[in-house]
Amino acid sequence: MSDTAAGLLQVGFLIGCLAVVYRPLGGYMARVYTSHRDLKVESGFYRLFGVDSKADQTWAVYARSLLAFSAISLLVLYLLQRLQHWLPLSLGLPNVESGLAFNTAASFVANTNWQSYSPEATMGHLVQFAGLAVQNFLSAAVGMTVAIALIRGFARAKTDRLGNFWVDLTRTVLRVLLPIAVIGTLALVAMGVVQNFSGGHEVTSVVGQSQTIPGGPVASQEVIKELGTNGGGFYNANSAHPFENPNALANLFEIFLLLLIPVSLTRTFGLMVGDKRQGYAILGVMTTLWAAFTFAATAFETQGAGTATQAAGAAMEGKETRFGEWASALFASSTTGTSTGAVNSAHDSFTPLGGGTALFHMMLGEVTPGGTGSGLYGMLVLAVLTVFVAGLMVGRTPEYLKKKITAREMKLVSLYILTTPTVVLVGASIAMGLATARASIFNTDSPHGFSEVLYAFTSAGNNNGSAFGGISANIPFYNTALGLAMLLGRFVPIILVLALAGSLAKQQPVPVTQGTLPTHKALFVVMLIGVVLIVTGLTYFPALTLGPLAEGL
Amino acid sequence: MITQLATSLPDALRKLDPRVMVKNPVMFVVEVGAVASTVIAITDPGVFVWWIVVWLWLTVIFANLAEAVAEGRGKAQAETLRRAKTETTARRLTADGAEEAVPATQLQLGDLVVVEAGQIIPGDGDVVEGVASVDESAITGESAPVIRESGGDRSAVTGGTKVLSDRIVVKITTRPGESFIDRMIALVEGASRQKTPNEIALNILLASLTIVFLIATITLPTFATYAGVDLSVVILVALLVCLIPTTIGALLSAIGIAGMDRLVQRNVLAMSGRAVEAAGDVNTLLLDKTGTITLGNRQAAEFLPVDGVTDTELADAAQLSSLADETPEGRSIVVLAKNGYGLRERHTGELPHATFVEFTAQTRMSGVDVDDRQIRKGAAGAVNVWIQSQGGRTDRALGELVDGISASGGTPLVVAEAVDGKARALGVIHLKDVVKAGMRERFDQMRAMGIRTVMITGDNALTAKAIAEEAGVDDFLAEATPEDKMALIKKEQEGGRLVAMTGDGTNDAPALAQADVGVAMNSGTSAAKEAGNMVDLDSNPTKLIEIVEIGKQLLITRGSLTTFSIANDVAKYFAILPALFAAAYPGLDRLNIMQLHSPQTAIISAIVFNALVIVALVPLALRGVRYKPSSASAMLRRNLLVYGVGGLVTPFVGIKLLDLVISLIPGLR
Repeated sequence: MSDTAAGLLQVGFLIGCLAVVYRPLGGYMARVYTSHRDLKVESGFYRLFGVDSKADQTWAVYARSLLAFSAISLLVLYLLQRLQHWLPLSLGLPNVESGLAFNTAASFVANTNWQSYSPEATMGHLVQFAGLAVQNFLSAAVGMTVAIALIRGFARAKTDRLGNFWVDLTRTVLRVLLPIAVIGTLALVAMGVVQNFSGGHEVTSVVGQSQTIPGGPVASQEVIKELGTNGGGFYNANSAHPFENPNALANLFEIFLLLLIPVSLTRTFGLMVGDKRQGYAILGVMTTLWAAFTFAATAFETQGAGTATQAAGAAMEGKETRFGEWASALFASSTTGTSTGAVNSAHDSFTPLGGGTALFHMMLGEVTPGGTGSGLYGMLVLAVLTVFVAGLMVGRTPEYLKKKITAREMKLVSLYILTTPTVVLVGASIAMGLATARASIFNTDSPHGFSEVLYAFTSAGNNNGSAFGGISANIPFYNTALGLAMLLGRFVPIILVLALAGSLAKQQPVPVTQGTLPTHKALFVVMLIGVVLIVTGLTYFPALTLGPLAEGL
Repeated sequence: MITQLATSLPDALRKLDPRVMVKNPVMFVVEVGAVASTVIAITDPGVFVWWIVVWLWLTVIFANLAEAVAEGRGKAQAETLRRAKTETTARRLTADGAEEAVPATQLQLGDLVVVEAGQIIPGDGDVVEGVASVDESAITGESAPVIRESGGDRSAVTGGTKVLSDRIVVKITTRPGESFIDRMIALVEGASRQKTPNEIALNILLASLTIVFLIATITLPTFATYAGVDLSVVILVALLVCLIPTTIGALLSAIGIAGMDRLVQRNVLAMSGRAVEAAGDVNTLLLDKTGTITLGNRQAAEFLPVDGVTDTELADAAQLSSLADETPEGRSIVVLAKNGYGLRERHTGELPHATFVEFTAQTRMSGVDVDDRQIRKGAAGAVNVWIQSQGGRTDRALGELVDGISASGGTPLVVAEAVDGKARALGVIHLKDVVKAGMRERFDQMRAMGIRTVMITGDNALTAKAIAEEAGVDDFLAEATPEDKMALIKKEQEGGRLVAMTGDGTNDAPALAQADVGVAMNSGTSAAKEAGNMVDLDSNPTKLIEIVEIGKQLLITRGSLTTFSIANDVAKYFAILPALFAAAYPGLDRLNIMQLHSPQTAIISAIVFNALVIVALVPLALRGVRYKPSSASAMLRRNLLVYGVGGLVTPFVGIKLLDLVISLIPGLR
C-alpha cells in the first residue's frame, strides 16, 4: 500500500470512529449537565466540602469559585514540586527550583502542559501522579465547566444563574473524564503502553551504552494527557516515546482520544440549546479547518523542503519511523488544533512551512476543535463576532441563538479576541528584545530562531504546550514569562466568557423569523471559517512572515 | 458631489481638532500617527516620507469630509426651518379674558394664545377653541393648507406655521426652546446626535481591532531587528494605518447621519437614532386598516337589484338619492352609476322639485323626494322600518342579498322608493373597502423579511377577515379599542418581538409609547406626537414600511462597509510585508504577488489606496447600500459576495494600478 493510501485510510478511520461516538457521547454529556440528580459519591463530596449542589450561581460567583479553585490548585502543585524531595515516591529526585516549579504549576493548572524540563529526570512518582495527573483531570474539567456555563447562557432566559461550578466540575471528573480514562487505560495497556510503579529498566542501546528507562503509571497518565487535551508527557519524548506510544494503532487511538471530547461537545451544545443543527454548524467549521491544516501539514511534510530532505527522500528528521510522515503530520495537526500539545514527532524539525502550519493552527486560538471545553467556548465567541458582522449585513441587530449581540456582549467578545494575541505578541517581542532571552536560541542565524520564540509564546498563550525544541526554555525569564502567558491566556478569556454567559442568560430570547440570520447553514459556516482565518491571520501575519514564511519561501 | 465636498472642506479641517477626533478612536490613531510622521518628516525630510505624511493627513481629512458632507445636507434643511422660527409676538389671554402681547419666547406651558388669519402660531399646542385652516408648509413642505380644530384628533398645531383663515385659541404645550421646530433643527443638524446601540457595539469592535493591529505593529520592530531590518516610525505608522479599519472608521458617523437624513427626506422625524435602529429590528407591524391598507373610505362596488327591478332602475335611484350626499361613499355611488351604468351625472340644480333628505343619526337614511316619488337609501334595518311605515313589504330575497354582502365583508346599503304611498325595496348597493394597489406585494416582501403584519380595524370580525385576506396581511385585530391595541403590543413584546405602529389620536398615545417604534401622524394630537418616537409630517401611515426599510438599510450599510474594510487588509499585507522584508529574506518576494515596482511605491500605493477608498465610498455611505427586501439568507449571500469577496479583490487591483502611476514619480526609489 502506498503512503498516501495508508495515510488517507488512517484519517478516514479516525473520522469514522469519531462519527460513531459523536452522538452517544454528546448526548451523554448533555444529560450529565442537565440532570438534577447527584450520584451517591457526588453527594458525599458535596457534604464533605459543604457545597449546596442545588444552589445556582451567578456568573460572578461561578467565576470566583473557578478562580479560587484554580488558585488553590496552583499552590498545591507548586508546593508538591518544591517539597518533593522530602515527600514519598520522589525516586530520590531533588526539590524543583522555584522558577521551574511556578512554570510547571501554571502550565498544568492552565491546561497547557508546557514542559521546560525532562519529566523522568525531574519529577518523582508522587508529583507525576498526585500533582500533574490530578491537574490533568481538573484543569480539563475547568475548561468544560466554562463551556457548559456559556451554553447555559444561550439556553437560559431572563435569569442571572448559570449553574453551579462545583457540581459541573465534579460531574465532569466523575461522570465524563474518569470512566473514559479507565476504559482508555485498559485499551492502551492492551496496545502495549506500560503501566507500573517500577523505578526503571536497565537497557543496552544499539550503540552498546547502558541506559536506565524509568517505568511508571504511564498508560493512565497517557489517557488523560490526550483526553483532557493536556499534553504533558510522562517522558520527555512525549508520545514519540515507545513506552507512551508503541505502535500505529496506539498512535491513532491517542489522536482519537484528544479529539474525542472537543468534537462531541458540539453535540452537547446543540442539544442543550435545543437545536442540533447549531452544533453541526460549529462542528462543520472545526472539521473543515482541522482538515485543511492536516492536509497542509501533510503536504508540506511529504513534499519536503530543501535539498537535504529531498536527497534523503523524506522529511524524516525528528519523526519516528514507526509513524512516518502521514501519522506525524496528522498527530501534529490534531495536537495543535486541540491545545493538547502532546507530540509524536519533533515539530521543530518539521519543514519550515509544515512547522509554520502547526504554529498558525495554534494561533487560530485553539478552536479546531480546541481544548476540552475551551475549544467550544472559543469558537462560540468567534461565532458571536461573526454573527455581529453578518447580522448587520442583513439589517438587524445581530442575534445568535435567539440572543441579541449588543454593546455589552461585543465589549466582552472584543476583549476576548484581544487577549491572546496581546499575550503572544508582547511576550515574544519582549523575548526578542532581551539579550538573555535571545541567548536561549540555538539557530541564531536563521529566521527559525525567531519561529522558536514565537512558537513558545503562541503555545503558552493559547495553552497548547507543544514546543519548537530549539530554545532552552528552562531559564528564569522563560519560566516566568511563559508561566504568566499561560495563566493570562487561560484565565482572562475564561472570566470574559463567563461574563458573556451571564449577560446572555439575562436576555429574553427573540423569536426566529425569516429575517433572522440562519446560523446553521453553509453560508454561515463559510463566513465563520473566514472570520477565524482572517481575524487571527491578520493579527499574526507580520510575525509569521519573519518566521516560517521567511524560512520556507 | 464635488461641490458638496468642496463646501464641506472648512468643516472637515475644523474637525481635525484632537478633542473632536478622539471621539472616533480609529481616526484618532491615524491623526496621532500623522502628527508623529510630520515631526519626523521635518527633522529628516525626504520625498518618500513627505508622500506618506501628506497621505496620512489626507486620510484623516477625507474621514472628516465624509462626516461634514453628511452634516452639510442637514444644515441646509435646518436653515429653512430657522427662517420659520422668526421671532413672533403672541397674543396671550389673561385670566380675565383680556389679551396681552408677549414675545413667543416667554410663553409658558398652559398659556392660552389667540391666533387669527395671517398670523404665525407662536408655539406648539392644541387648539382649544375654534377651527382654522393652517399652512404647515414651513415644516412639511406641503403647500396645501390643513384644517385644525378643537377637540378630536386634529387639534395639534406647530409653532412657526401660519393660520390662513378664521380664529383659534391655542393652549401651549411645550416650553420655548423645546418646541417641535427646535427639536427638528437639532435633529437635522446632527447636533443632538447620539450614538445608536449598534453603532456603539460596532465602535467597540473597531476599537479592539485597532488595538490588535497596534500591538501587531509595535511588537514588529524587535522581530525585525533580529532579521536585521530597521523599521522606521513612518513605515510603522503607514503599516498601522493600512491595517486598522479606517474605511468603516471614517464613514461610520456619516452613515448614521445620512440614515437620519434619509428619514428627514421622507418627511419623517425620528426623535432618536435608537428608534431608527429599532425600526430595522421590528418583528410585527401594526397597521391601521383605514388609510394604510385600504383607501380612506368604502366605495360602491356594485348594484344588486331585487327581482323585478332592472340594474339601471336601481342605479338611477341610487344616483338620485346620492346627489346631495357629499360623503366619499355617496360620491362613489354617483361615480359607479356613471362609469358602470352610463348614467350621466345630474346636478342638484337640474331637479327643481327635488327635496334632499339629509342623513341623521336618528333616521340613519338619506335620500331625495322628487315630486311624489320618495327615494331612500341606508342601513338595511332602517330602510326596512321605513318601507313598512310606508305600507310596503320587505321580502326574503332582499334579506339574502344583504346577508350575502355582509358575509363577504362588505357594507350593504338598501335602496327603496315610495311612489304614491306605496313603498318597495329596489335593491342593494354593495359598499366595500378598496385595498390600495400593491399592498399585497408589500406584505409578501415583509413576510420574506420575517415581519408579521397585523391589521387593526374597528370593523367587525367578518369584515376585517375579508379585507385581511384580500390585502394579504398575516393577522387582524377586529373591533379594536385602544386597550385591545395596547394588549396586543404587550403580548407581542412578551414573546421578545419588537412592535411598530402608527397612530394619531390621544387614545393612541399609550400604545404609541409602549410600541418599540411609534410613528405619530403630524395631523394628530400633541399627546400622540409626544408619545411616539417618530413623527410623520406627511401623516401617511403607509410610510411605516419605508421606515422599517430605512432602519435596515442603515445597519446593512454599516455591516457591509465593515466587512469591506476588514477584507481590504489582506491585499495591503501582500503589498507592505514583502516591501519591508524581502530585502532581508529574498524568498518573501514571492508574497509580492502584485509585482509592485519597489518597496517605497508599494507602501505609498497601499496608503494612497487606503485614503482614496474612503472618498470613493462616501456616496455609498450617504446613499446607503442597495436594499431589496428579501430573506436574511439571500441578503447575506449578496452582501457577502459584493462586500466580502469584493473587499478582498478590489484592493489588489487598486493598489496595482496606483503603483503603476506612483512609480512614475521622480525621487522615489
